Amino acid sequence: MADPTILFAAFLNGLTQGAVYALIALGLTLIYGVLHIINFAHGAALMVALYGVYYLFTGLGIDPFLALPIVMGAMFALGYALQRFVIGRASHGRDENILLVTLGLAIVMENVALYVFRADTRTIETAYAFATVDILGALVAIPKLAALGGALAMAAALFLLITRTDLGRAIRAVAKERQGARLVGIDVDHVFAMSFGIGFACLGAAACFLMPAYYVNPTVGSGFVLIAFTTVVLGGMGSFGGALAGGFVVGIAESFGGLAGIALGAGENMGQLAIFTIFIAVLLFRPQGLFGART
Amino acid sequence: MRSLAGVAAFAVATALVPAFVTSGAVLNAVILTLYAVLLGQAWNVLGGYGGQFSFGHAVFFGTGGYVMAVLQIRYGLSAWLAMPAAIGAGAAVGALVGALTFRYGLRGSYFALVTLAFAEVFRILANTFAFTGAGVGLMLPLADTPAQLQFGSRAGYLYLILGFVLAGFAVHLWLGHSRFGARLTAVRDNEASASALGVNVFRVKLGAIMISGALMAAGGVFYIQYLHYLDPAIAYGPAVSVEALLVPIVGGMGTLFGPLLGAVALHALSEGTRNLFGDAPGISLALYGVVLIVMVRYMPRGLIGLFARRGR
Repeated sequence: MADPTILFAAFLNGLTQGAVYALIALGLTLIYGVLHIINFAHGAALMVALYGVYYLFTGLGIDPFLALPIVMGAMFALGYALQRFVIGRASHGRDENILLVTLGLAIVMENVALYVFRADTRTIETAYAFATVDILGALVAIPKLAALGGALAMAAALFLLITRTDLGRAIRAVAKERQGARLVGIDVDHVFAMSFGIGFACLGAAACFLMPAYYVNPTVGSGFVLIAFTTVVLGGMGSFGGALAGGFVVGIAESFGGLAGIALGAGENMGQLAIFTIFIAVLLFRPQGLFGART
Repeated sequence: MRSLAGVAAFAVATALVPAFVTSGAVLNAVILTLYAVLLGQAWNVLGGYGGQFSFGHAVFFGTGGYVMAVLQIRYGLSAWLAMPAAIGAGAAVGALVGALTFRYGLRGSYFALVTLAFAEVFRILANTFAFTGAGVGLMLPLADTPAQLQFGSRAGYLYLILGFVLAGFAVHLWLGHSRFGARLTAVRDNEASASALGVNVFRVKLGAIMISGALMAAGGVFYIQYLHYLDPAIAYGPAVSVEALLVPIVGGMGTLFGPLLGAVALHALSEGTRNLFGDAPGISLALYGVVLIVMVRYMPRGLIGLFARRGR
């Protein structure tokens, strides 16, 4: 059990899985940081993006990694429209309402997908899906390594966008003081919708990295919702670095939890259990997150 | 008094249904609507009157169902003894969740997420241990005798669920006329000022979540007795949690008749879509999602807002 090769492999597996969680969480934390709302439809939107990647590959033969700009663009448009025309209008500015509306959106997306695509679980077969590299005796799947690189690149891009561009400045202004931002001429509703769109675009990227090594079915998103929230809460709501670090912690905790579960004969379920236990514990004892100390 | 008369009229009218209706399908629809009323009432105590929005009420429902099933199947306990234990277990899980979350002041979206996480933890546990039948689930053997809370006719089940719903109404009436109810709505409307006026916020919320959990567990008890089967996805999955919150939101949160109105409206809607689309998977739930968004957008007070007199 204590074989270091197995432990190291579990660590690497957790790290790469965590990168995908981090990507999903980056979108969520941006939306939270700016709008101070919890987007419950995040998992369902990921599911939509995964179907997009699936059909681009099976229908048009577009490789998931080449589909990146298409899926990101489409998801951006979806997120922008949803915030602008559905969530923003229905919420009446109350947090509970936003939560309920995004829950409603998640239900609609999942069940329309169930109606259209049926409950079948689908996978795609790329030439490189099972290609692995040997890192110090541990085999790591290449698509997962690509996801790791993609997550880091995406976090860097988001950081630049927020700190270096006019849009980023506007987003930060709205996040801090929306009334004041409106007074100096920032179109707050537009900034909200842009944040939502960018958050959804991150999901699009995550879907492209995820699909070669994963699967899609109408309820695949619900498994990611709590994981994404765990990641965001762990890293401190609204913090990009935190989301990145939180993703890795969650991925590694899941990997080792699953390993411990198998060792104890309780099955791989223990990995998920580890995640949710972390989630409850962090919310109870350190709601500002492990790395966040603000406000 | 008017509200009491309304509940009495509802009770008499529902109790008379089996005398006039013999169609099994219609009785089944009435029973399932009453069952939805019960789930909605349970959520309404905490969410409507207390303002604490739970996304994971399945945690109480599943616990009630599993305790009821396990005590009967594994320990051969009489259903009449298992029932209070199951309902008590729902209240106990309510106390556990409430003590942890309210102690640390979790509110709003955070509370919703934590309740969802609790439901997930319970689902995974139920999925893992052989004790609960793991992924296979539990099958309650047919007994068809009132001594085991099972009935040969649908009318028997109708009276069982009507009894639970009337208990829910009793709780609602009590909330409308008691100090506890007044404190609970005060906490909902403004926690800080309620606290400043000497309301023990933590204890009030804890009481509400325990009552809510007990009612929800009664829903689980009814489920296993009526349908004889329970698995982790049914017991702790999101469908039950969503139904519990949707019913009072559609009908009118924090009102006596909101859950009744919401359950009737939602069941009429899903019957209607079934006639239109057949049993296509997903359509009726997708419509529930649309209804949720539309209600929040255009009718935040629920259907009951249509009946409320103006100027109040």
